[in-house]
Amino acid sequence: MFSQTIRRNLRHAAFNLRLTNHQHNALVTSGPGRLAQCSFLTVLTPYFSDENYVHNSKVPRAPKWQPAMKTEPSSATEVPSEVVDKLERLALVDFRNQEGIECLEKAIQFADQLRNVNSAAVEPMDSVLYDRSIYLRKDTIHEGECAEELLHLSSHVIDEYFVAPTGNIPLAKHDERATPLEQEK
Amino acid sequence: MAAASAGLSSMIYNCNKQKHVSVLTSNTVYLVLKRRISTCIYRPQSKLQTKKKSVPQGMVGVIGLEIHAQINSLTKLFSGSQVKFLAPPNSLVSFFDASLPGTLPVLNKRCVEAAVMTGLALNCSINRKSLFDRKHYFYADMPAGYQITQQRLPIAVDGTLTYSYLGGPKRNQMITKSVHIKQIQLEQDSGKSLHDEQRNQTLIDLNRAGVALMELVMEPEMSCGEEAAAAVRELQLILQTLGTSKGNMAEGQLRVDANVSVHVPGEPLGTRAEVKNINSARFLARAIDYEIQRQMELLEQGGVVQNETRSFDQKTGTTVPMRDKEDFQDYRFMPEPNLPPLRVYDSASVPAGLARSQVVLVDQLQSCLPELPSVRRERLVQTYGILPEHSFTLVHEDGLLDYFESVVSSTKAEPKKVIGWVMKELVGSLNQQSLQVSQSPVSPHALAELLDLLEAGSISSSAAKHVFQELWKNPGKSAEQVVREQDLGLLSDPAQLRSICQRVVDTHPEQVLAIQRGNHKALNKLMGEVQKETKGRANPVQIRSILQQIVSP
Repeated sequence: MFSQTIRRNLRHAAFNLRLTNHQHNALVTSGPGRLAQCSFLTVLTPYFSDENYVHNSKVPRAPKWQPAMKTEPSSATEVPSEVVDKLERLALVDFRNQEGIECLEKAIQFADQLRNVNSAAVEPMDSVLYDRSIYLRKDTIHEGECAEELLHLSSHVIDEYFVAPTGNIPLAKHDERATPLEQEK
Repeated sequence: MAAASAGLSSMIYNCNKQKHVSVLTSNTVYLVLKRRISTCIYRPQSKLQTKKKSVPQGMVGVIGLEIHAQINSLTKLFSGSQVKFLAPPNSLVSFFDASLPGTLPVLNKRCVEAAVMTGLALNCSINRKSLFDRKHYFYADMPAGYQITQQRLPIAVDGTLTYSYLGGPKRNQMITKSVHIKQIQLEQDSGKSLHDEQRNQTLIDLNRAGVALMELVMEPEMSCGEEAAAAVRELQLILQTLGTSKGNMAEGQLRVDANVSVHVPGEPLGTRAEVKNINSARFLARAIDYEIQRQMELLEQGGVVQNETRSFDQKTGTTVPMRDKEDFQDYRFMPEPNLPPLRVYDSASVPAGLARSQVVLVDQLQSCLPELPSVRRERLVQTYGILPEHSFTLVHEDGLLDYFESVVSSTKAEPKKVIGWVMKELVGSLNQQSLQVSQSPVSPHALAELLDLLEAGSISSSAAKHVFQELWKNPGKSAEQVVREQDLGLLSDPAQLRSICQRVVDTHPEQVLAIQRGNHKALNKLMGEVQKETKGRANPVQIRSILQQIVSP
């Protein structure tokens, strides 16, 4: 059924694609400039194999990417305990243990690889729609009045209100914690 | 249940007015706190630690305002659900407002136009291209986990707001100042939370989630509460004139946060505290002045001003640290990937083939701007020859200008005379009973008629004041009727006046003697006596000359 949906959608796709059966996972072009992960039996093969295929000179014939250089773990990736406290508060995640902190430090090292990319004089593109204009809607009421439907989705409601935990700091305060990080270490 | 919900909603409203109010509803105590969003990225009075313990001399306050004005539109900024105050909870919520997966924002044209108009009225430059960003918060009343705002490139920048207030030692001097507006940005409002601390839970109403706001960021250029209050009143008036916001502070359509710091002029700005929870212009002035005083005293005692958020307590007139004071929030700003740039045009620069529904024309909005309050006041001063401060009252009080102009157009009395009556008698009486102009028992027509009688010399001015009060008590009557019924007409018979004056002179020999010795002030005493006899129905000039004739040897 899923593959039928894909087929239907692809009929409208701007790219000329043909469906074939294959047993791999692959990235699928499902519309102009969009990528979708496709992890089931149906995979698409473009007209690459056909004799009438004309290669676009701007597209490399083989992948050009290379693994980034390994960066040495620097002292900058060591996270002081106050920062851990703060990150926990911001992320609302409790990871105050050796394993959690190692994981955080690895994540920082991973992201740090981006610093190796020379992006000088490259203007960042934050959207593929940068050269389009936003669509403007008329100011007329056409939505709402669906409280019942929405409240039905919530696991906990009182009257017509959603119910959430109080406050925004579910983590215990630094000095109230049973096991402050410093003591753990 | 609908009734119960309406009750709860109005409870939110009432509690927003007063911060810590507990209300008993079905055996549950709800403690209500209101959170406000602030998206100011501008931090001019940054964390400069106030140094040393030297006693600061000649310190002054510095105030920068961040104002959130709710845009007066039928629907929300990015969804087609209705904007309405006090509706049953969660009834004005679309799938997008509830952040259901797969929903996308669609911008409301009206909100763009309102922001452009407001920008133009405040002499801003309008960015022909502006961008939307995400600002992340983790609050239950903002279900997407972020607010769509304009951080990098807002719709309007670099404007000014000119405002005036009565100052000087006697508070009768018109002082005019202006403040720079750094930017105006379009953004979403959050929903509302009701905190039930006993049961450790929060009730969420998303009706307000996604409503369009304009955030106006002012440079820190004001120095006292009175200036800030005057600036906010002027802004409120401009927004109401434009119709871009209803600007009612009590209903949260205009929310003001004040960044307050103190420093010695010429030195870097001090650490600022942000004062929130202010819901009227009067409280704004009080909150700011209290905060300035607090910081100065703190520094004088060798203390250090904390960079914190404080809340104004109306009951005590003080500011207190807010419970959830956080050092520095990381909002993780990022470009909004779902929204391409917002473009506005001039008539000459509209790309060919662009549908009309997709075009916002800056020059056309500029040419359609209504007469702004400052221009209107200037016109009133010029046309009617009235004082600038009177022009302020006329423009500020809803309906008063119409009242004044309709009296002027139907009476023979000079506008300068009319304004005196409108300011003193009408506004005075209205204020006494806290009534609106539209509720005045004395119609413009009745006042015009009364002023005509006065102008024609049929009644004295003190009798006219009496007639006004009679009209106030008996709205159905006409001025002429009251004059006739109570026999308040001016005494013009010279013989009658002369006999009254003679009687007064005869019974006050001491004053007469004093006048004859050269103390002319004593004549006023006699005039007062004559007015008492005539119940204010005699012409003072006439009495004076008769008395002088009688007394002079």
